[in-house]
Amino acid sequence: MKESLGTTGLILNEPLLWEKGKSGRCGISLPRHDVDPAPLDKDLTTEGPDLPDLSEVDVVRHYTRLSQWNFGVDSGMYPLGSCTMKYNPKINEKLANLKGFSGAHPLLPAHLSQGVLKLMFELEQFLAEITGMDAVTLQPAAGAHGELTGMMLIHAYHKKKGGHRSKIIVPDTAHGTNPASAALCGYRPVPVRSNEQGILSTGAVAELMDEDTAGIMVTNPNTLGLFEENIKKIAEIVHSKGGLVYCDGANMNAVMGIVSMGEIGVDVLHLNLHKTFSTPHGGGGPGSGPVCVRKHLIPFLPVPRIIEKNGAYALSSEFPESIGKLQAFYGNFGVMIKAYCYIRSMGPVNLRKASQLAVLNANYIKENLKKVFHLPYDRNCMHECVFSDKFQNAYKITTLDMVKRLMDYGFHPPTIYFPLVVSGAMMIEPTETESKETIDLFIDSLKAVANEAKENPDLLRQAPGRCKVTRLDEVSAARHPCLAG
Amino acid sequence: MRYLPHTPDDIASMLRAVGAKDLDGLFPTIPENCRRTGDMKLPEPLTEWELTAYLGALSERVAVSPEYKVFMGAGSYEHYIPQSVSFLLSRSEFVTAYTPYQPEMSQGTLQAIYEYQTMVARLLGMEVANASIYDGASALAEALLMAVRITRKKRVAVSSLVHPLYRRVVRTYFEPAGYELVELPFRKNGTTDLSPVDHMDGLAALAVQSPNFFGCIENLGEAAEKIHKNEGLFITSFTEPLAYGLLKSPGVQGADIACGEGQSFGIPQSFGGPVLGMFAGKMKYVRSMPGRLVGKTMDREGKEGFVLTLATREQHIRREKATSNICTNNSLCALTAAMYMASAGRTGMRELASINHDKAEYLKKELKKAGVGIPFDSPTFNEFVVEFPADFESTYRRLMEKRIVAGFPLASFYPELAGHYLFCVTETKTREDMDALVKEITP
Repeated sequence: MKESLGTTGLILNEPLLWEKGKSGRCGISLPRHDVDPAPLDKDLTTEGPDLPDLSEVDVVRHYTRLSQWNFGVDSGMYPLGSCTMKYNPKINEKLANLKGFSGAHPLLPAHLSQGVLKLMFELEQFLAEITGMDAVTLQPAAGAHGELTGMMLIHAYHKKKGGHRSKIIVPDTAHGTNPASAALCGYRPVPVRSNEQGILSTGAVAELMDEDTAGIMVTNPNTLGLFEENIKKIAEIVHSKGGLVYCDGANMNAVMGIVSMGEIGVDVLHLNLHKTFSTPHGGGGPGSGPVCVRKHLIPFLPVPRIIEKNGAYALSSEFPESIGKLQAFYGNFGVMIKAYCYIRSMGPVNLRKASQLAVLNANYIKENLKKVFHLPYDRNCMHECVFSDKFQNAYKITTLDMVKRLMDYGFHPPTIYFPLVVSGAMMIEPTETESKETIDLFIDSLKAVANEAKENPDLLRQAPGRCKVTRLDEVSAARHPCLAG
Repeated sequence: MRYLPHTPDDIASMLRAVGAKDLDGLFPTIPENCRRTGDMKLPEPLTEWELTAYLGALSERVAVSPEYKVFMGAGSYEHYIPQSVSFLLSRSEFVTAYTPYQPEMSQGTLQAIYEYQTMVARLLGMEVANASIYDGASALAEALLMAVRITRKKRVAVSSLVHPLYRRVVRTYFEPAGYELVELPFRKNGTTDLSPVDHMDGLAALAVQSPNFFGCIENLGEAAEKIHKNEGLFITSFTEPLAYGLLKSPGVQGADIACGEGQSFGIPQSFGGPVLGMFAGKMKYVRSMPGRLVGKTMDREGKEGFVLTLATREQHIRREKATSNICTNNSLCALTAAMYMASAGRTGMRELASINHDKAEYLKKELKKAGVGIPFDSPTFNEFVVEFPADFESTYRRLMEKRIVAGFPLASFYPELAGHYLFCVTETKTREDMDALVKEITP
């Protein structure tokens, strides 16, 4: 193995803001008070909120130090499965901050916001083309928000047809947001098990699908990193009973230009712009979760919708069957700009290549590690592969121990203990933006960890040893919650 | 393509390692009838420089300050953003990290969000705040759903002076679940008529916005008393958090949940998003709260550290029984607001709030002097309603040509208020800007 990435270096302690503040300081430039004071009634006011007073220098050092305790894609490989932590292009950040975009008031009349509306309109068209669907709403703020929107569309569709349906089929490999989103629409999720190949069988779906079932929520490729090969048949079964097929598109990064979701029977699909389309995740958002639909669901899309007439763009709410609104305004426009820039920079050929390389990287990792870690589904994978800790359990070492040790080697851990169908799961998604050298070092590091599991298991149980803190006590954090200082 | 690091040699050797003939050969599990036929019809790639030119041209087709003077708020506010905040937000360790599932490698995000939660709780006078919701509207919808869960009642009362688009979002969230929303009318002074609450049965919650959509400051204490008598929760909403730099907090006035929009705190308007749903409540309801929470704990050496906690409320553990489906929230916007609150502090926040209030009062006074109607006489913060004669619409259009947006016309949301405009003045407007506006309106 080449030299490990992980090392130690000087980072600085930094207290909580209010331990640092001193009354009377101020860290902002206060605008001129160029009018007479007009005090409010004393009964309505206070002496100001209990916030610490800090200087600008205090604040800058505080957050600079905090940032150094973090790890991002810009620091190194971040192979979180199902999260698609690909590189976030810098030009996109710059262009999203152009004053004409960042300073735009959302209630400007259409003739004063043509640039914004045109960009959104074109992005909708690009996403429809990439997914093979007919229309798109950009309004949902994140993936789960997109799922909720999709469920609402399905609910509205059935309501219009005059039938209330009470159930929805959700595979056991689904993200937790799927059943939670369905439940918000009053649907009872009915779990369907994946077969011994890790995918849905037509029989299992046929058994559950009936006329009280609104449809199915399927993730394709699924969270085991496998393509749902029977999807077309499954869609036919669901459609034959009047149901609809919802596709969680969190894993779209595997199939851009390779699969057309519209053609394989998907009625509604959400995308995560902060996964497939390279926008940064921001330590937990903001994301953006556009929803793409086939023709029959267009009338129900959220309002307002962007319409174009002779090259002029406008917002229209004249869609009486619309489900309504998911956010006050039109979605996370600042995120949309970055996704738009990504698509325009890549073009059709490179988007397809991105998917191919993402799949190549994942299969390369799978092939190189499958002797070291148990691979429950030894098949061609898509953009991610899922191992378990079965081999290491012999040394009383768990997935958690291994990934904490992986930190010491300078890599962010993969997604762990998900999907739930694999005990001790380690779900690795390298993405296409990691080079062969980085991936080789990642493979070597995991091999070294597996070796340590055998030779020196205590090292793993004590890990991480090179982070700012050692393993944190999550149990007592939940038992005695301290949520504010 | 500069984002794709693989050389032809890399690809060849990796394909060998996985036993595939070529890149197309990597997809044997995709059946033939699931393959896309034909290429994606997308524009050919642009260089960095072409892209910059194209986006630059698009961005110029939008009316923004300083070329335009926009006297419009209505849920999105133009405030100065300190350069230090913008600069700190370029720290890519924050920007390019995921949700902090691995706390040992994410202490920066976690401490920052813990501090954010604390400052939001203090600002709103509440015991606990979450790590953020998408925006003010979805925060209100989540708050009402939370009240339905806690009280097991399916009906809520919402003031008609809660932002009209927020009410629309609540209706959208409520529709498939079949919950009922009753709107309360407003009084002549521009505040909510709370009297119907006394006679309503089975209310899970009452929601009031203050300052309300007309900019008027509501009597939250009275509203709290009424709904508590009725055994429902009191939810307060807001679109302008800066008001609480000056005003009594919702918590002090009896709120059970305080939620709203945090965009004013250093977050660009960006055509409405991404912004920040602030969400705070009483500790006794914490296990019913939606969204992520960061808590303080210790590591094995007794050193203080932070983790995501109370995950048993959340979708990845509880699935369909979760308190919300939210996963990705608006963490970076929360971080921005934290940087902003820390920069302003008590001193700066109060002073800035006073400046906003005083400037808005100045414009109100000058307009009044010029003979324009101010229909609601309740105290306001940085927004207020103005009533113009019926022919004002042509003046409004003329002003736009002169690069002034003279308020937001209320008629689309309140048909009974034709000729009424909602004005907003923040610290970004000078006395000269306001004098010029008044002069244009009343030549």
